[in-house]
Amino acid sequence: MSHHLELSQIGKAYPSPKGPAVIVQNFNLKVAKGEFVTLIGHSGCGKSTVLSLLAGLSEPSEGVIVLAGKEVRGPGPDRGVVFQSPCLLPWFTAFENVLLGVNQVFPNASRSERHQVVEYYLSIVGLADAMHRRPSEISAGMRQRVGIARAFALAPKMLLLDEPFGMLDSLTRIELQQVLVDLWRRDQKTAVMVTHDVDEALFLSDRVVMMTDGPAAEVGDILTVPFPHPRNRQEILDHPQYGELREHLIEFLEVHAHRKRPAFPPAEKAPDSACPQIPPTARSESATPPSAAVAS
Amino acid sequence: MKRFQRFNLDSLLLPLLGVAVCLLLWQILAGSNLQVTSRDDFGDMVTVTKRVGLSKDLPSPGETWTASKNYVLQPWAKRGELDQGILAFTWLSLKLVAQGYAIALILGTPIGFCLGLSKAFAKTFDPIIQILRPVSPLAWLPLGMVLFLSVKIRVPGAAAPYTASELASIFTVAICSMWPTVLNTAVGVRAIPQDYLNVAKVLKLSRTKTLFKVLVPATLPYMFTGFRLSLGIAWLVIVAAEMLTGRPGVGGFLWQQYNALSYAHIILCILTIGLVGYALDRLMSLIESRFKSA
Repeated sequence: MSHHLELSQIGKAYPSPKGPAVIVQNFNLKVAKGEFVTLIGHSGCGKSTVLSLLAGLSEPSEGVIVLAGKEVRGPGPDRGVVFQSPCLLPWFTAFENVLLGVNQVFPNASRSERHQVVEYYLSIVGLADAMHRRPSEISAGMRQRVGIARAFALAPKMLLLDEPFGMLDSLTRIELQQVLVDLWRRDQKTAVMVTHDVDEALFLSDRVVMMTDGPAAEVGDILTVPFPHPRNRQEILDHPQYGELREHLIEFLEVHAHRKRPAFPPAEKAPDSACPQIPPTARSESATPPSAAVAS
Repeated sequence: MKRFQRFNLDSLLLPLLGVAVCLLLWQILAGSNLQVTSRDDFGDMVTVTKRVGLSKDLPSPGETWTASKNYVLQPWAKRGELDQGILAFTWLSLKLVAQGYAIALILGTPIGFCLGLSKAFAKTFDPIIQILRPVSPLAWLPLGMVLFLSVKIRVPGAAAPYTASELASIFTVAICSMWPTVLNTAVGVRAIPQDYLNVAKVLKLSRTKTLFKVLVPATLPYMFTGFRLSLGIAWLVIVAAEMLTGRPGVGGFLWQQYNALSYAHIILCILTIGLVGYALDRLMSLIESRFKSA
């Protein structure tokens, strides 16, 4: 079976005064069509870098990314990106924000068809009543719903999610995870998500890719999550294997926190200097409160 | 309720108090007429009027009003080129300001965008901008006169072509008031959050769409700050330009009345310039807030 997305020998290095700073190296990953893959790792380990390479916002220094048989070169609406901060344009309403993308992807569709697409996705994420409000007039959770609707409304070949729930409180996060998983099942999208929340990874994904600590992060281990779809949070929490899988992930993260730089206590495992020029999508990564998993 | 009343009282009474204090100081500083009656060498009784006071040639508030009454109460009168009602003069000045200011915005905004978007453009032109920016309007005006000495621009339907002094004034207003717009727009473009640019990139918006859907709306608040500062400078410059060229207008009138030793009218002009400048600034911030909330 041919893979929908294939990353082979991806490396990313930024020039720095002390020679190139390697963020990611020897990164190999194959993702099947319709699969949900999560990248997990410590803050600053380069997982967001991988995502921005996938999004085309930066170019790999080595290796190639092939999506649906074509090499990824530069950004484009064939990949729906959900950013950590929703990245809505504040001068547009929720509707206009989604429409901006839809107009871009379906230039030949009629006006009413395009409007229908926007309305459809905004209602699915639960914003039927708040469609014509501006981002400043809705809550952070609602804004991220718009972000999700925008990504799906593009009818992309795949979804890229960069810690989409990192800035939300835990209740909203659980709600939105459900919204996301429902939409994902309905549209059968291939998805790659970055997170540092172990529970989120287990709930959403088919496979969890654990990344070693940066600099020069690689794929450390890949965990297959055996839970059947459709998933229900409570069922998964009650699943006999859940504790074991969770333990596996946390253990990996702990080991890598200690192995790479034994001199430092875990709290300082990813100093900012490790990633001198992380692309902007990863900017606020270290600012997010560490989730249960990372506070090892 | 009580708070509201207090607010109203403060915002009305205190400014009035400020005006009263200034009038009082002015009154103390100003000179007044003193009638002195004495016996002259021929033994006749004569009465002479003498000016006395701290600054004896400065007209008092009352004298200023008496002398200016005609200009204020018949604001649109036109008795001669340099003898018109105060609003008639203001209108003449504002017409030139509007033209120069329009040119400043039309040129300044795109230049600001180029500066903000292109590092190469900024490196190339920033030194020139920094050198031209502090040049006084009084220095630009003669250059403008030279530039437009033999240029004849005639607007269809207008009674007469633009004179060299008109064109020079417009030129000076434009070139002096351009800089705040240029610099603020550039700062605004540079301050656009990377997030917005990423959205434009990810959606692969065309250049035009990125400009009008992302860059311009994101820069608008900065642009308006620039527009407001520019308008303030434009109004400053026109007064100086009119004083040098002697064109009818508030500045021209002021200079002529100084030469005519009619000091009260200088004060009238200063007050007019201040009030008009204030009104323009309020107008701009009104438009600004309208745009920001939109």
